[in-house]
Amino acid sequence: MKSLFIILLTSGFFFMPQGSPDANAILKKLDANMTSKTLVSKSEMIIYGRRNSRTIIAKGYSEGQDKSFTEYLSPEREKGTKMLKLEDRLWIYSPSTDRTIQLSGHMLRQSVMGSDLSYEDMMEDRKMTEIYNAIVIGEETIGGRITWILELTAKVDDATYEKRKTWVDQERYIPLKEELFAKSGQLLKKIEMSAVKQFGNRWYPTKMNFKDMLKEGKGTDFVATEMQFDVKIPDYIFTKASLKK
Amino acid sequence: MKLAFQLAYKNLMGAGLRTWLNVIVLSFAFVLIIFYNGLIDGWNKQASVDGIKWEYGYGQLRHADYDPMDPFTLQDAHGVLPGASSQSLTPVLISQATIYPQGRMMSIALKGIDAKQATLKLPTNLLSESKADIPAIIGKRMATSLNLEVGEEILMRWRDKNGTFDAANITIAGIFDSHVPTIDAGQIWIPIDELWQMTGLENHATMYIAGAGYEYKAAPGWKFESQKSLLQELTDIIEMKKVSGSIMYGLLMTIALLAIFDTQVLSIFRRQREIGTYIAMGMTRWQVVSLFTMEGSMYSFMATILGAIYGIPLLLFLAWKGIGMPAASQEMGIIVADRIHPVYGLGLVLGTVLLVVAASTIVSFLPSRKIAKMNPIDALKGKLQ
Repeated sequence: MKSLFIILLTSGFFFMPQGSPDANAILKKLDANMTSKTLVSKSEMIIYGRRNSRTIIAKGYSEGQDKSFTEYLSPEREKGTKMLKLEDRLWIYSPSTDRTIQLSGHMLRQSVMGSDLSYEDMMEDRKMTEIYNAIVIGEETIGGRITWILELTAKVDDATYEKRKTWVDQERYIPLKEELFAKSGQLLKKIEMSAVKQFGNRWYPTKMNFKDMLKEGKGTDFVATEMQFDVKIPDYIFTKASLKK
Repeated sequence: MKLAFQLAYKNLMGAGLRTWLNVIVLSFAFVLIIFYNGLIDGWNKQASVDGIKWEYGYGQLRHADYDPMDPFTLQDAHGVLPGASSQSLTPVLISQATIYPQGRMMSIALKGIDAKQATLKLPTNLLSESKADIPAIIGKRMATSLNLEVGEEILMRWRDKNGTFDAANITIAGIFDSHVPTIDAGQIWIPIDELWQMTGLENHATMYIAGAGYEYKAAPGWKFESQKSLLQELTDIIEMKKVSGSIMYGLLMTIALLAIFDTQVLSIFRRQREIGTYIAMGMTRWQVVSLFTMEGSMYSFMATILGAIYGIPLLLFLAWKGIGMPAASQEMGIIVADRIHPVYGLGLVLGTVLLVVAASTIVSFLPSRKIAKMNPIDALKGKLQ
């Protein structure tokens, strides 16, 4: 027993942070948990305005990180609007004009239907591990769940946010909160995840609140009402022809 | 001719109030034409001077991809013009940014300009004199819409050349008062060195403003817009205004000319014996036609004199005092001063006199032609023809 104590002491065990994990490994697990081969979901986007709020219901299909297709189901004004993303290209079909337009450049930086999300936010398809280096800077309990606080610093030049802080559930490896920062360190956006549910072996937050921290308001809620992971999606869904169907 | 003139004068004076009513309406149309065109010319002159002083300089050398009407082109419409610093050119880099006044979100055009420039009237010296980290100047319209004053700060978010977000407070170093809304509304001006550093686009420009000594040499990837072509849009708007304005005074002229026409028709009908007498006394039919035409033309001469009597002091007073323009007209993106001072050129005055005289002569001549077909005996008898 005494010799074991000496070994631990000399090996510096007591000087190491207890159970300090590899942040990049956490990020990898996070990526693995938050991505799937395919995903079919039905969601509500609740956009809070100054006086009132509006809810947009959409059905989405995605395959890997390069392909996604969204069809808006309500309200009536948006019904039938479809979006198709193939790699770095995004098309929008509007039933009122019966036209399909491709968004590019600055247009991708515009807000999606007045929400706190931009098309670019929706287009981001790279894994976190490809963009950021991570370090663990602390622990915090959020909603009764113990989390690691990860500080992510961009390792590529074209990251939208230079720095992020992510609160990762230590058991389920899902983010519960995220803060996105400008190069100057100014906090720009906050994302809070909740209503975590289990889908097979995977835990997933079904409610996310996106909040632009520079403007007033409650932000935008994104609530997934139905989720199916790794189901077969017909190939025609991810074609331009499906926009006009 | 002298006789015709004297007779015409006597006849008109004899007609009394009817003559004066025609003359007053015609003189009113005459003064209004000069005033309206003078107002438009005054606007044109003031707008051109302001446009050149505040925005256009001696022309603009724009990046080939830059379309001022399409903010989506800004992302790629910038570059470095070799040897720009040795020429009389002021670089301007335009980037999109977002500001957050009172918790609201507002997209703006962030413009970087050489703080030492003297080509434009923008008070860029305030940028170099300011001790703030990011000093900015804005126009009074922008200051009003943002409720900002000099020395106050506002949070701004922008992206660098790679698309990465950055944000910082900017300090208002000055508020300028310009009649040119296109350099004011929705725009913030900061030193170009600062914008280069913020975006990482060192030495890049979206356009260069030409100074007095600039001579255009073809530069690949850049297109030169001369002062004239930059002012063309304004000229077109003003020309359009002139046309729409002409409808108003055209109507007034029509009323006046109709009155002259009516008077002539009535004169020829009522003065048949007089016509017969003139012919019996040896005047040819066409001399009588000239006499009646002269009577009609004389309305315009009298209108010119009457118009000059009250019009000259009135128009000179308006040119001196100016006409106040509603604030809403300045929000429409057109260069309009608070007060427009009408400009009356010699060409405008002479042209209007000629127009009024020619128009009244024509409408007097048309009914007078009937005289040429009259039978002098029947005319003497006063028979209807």
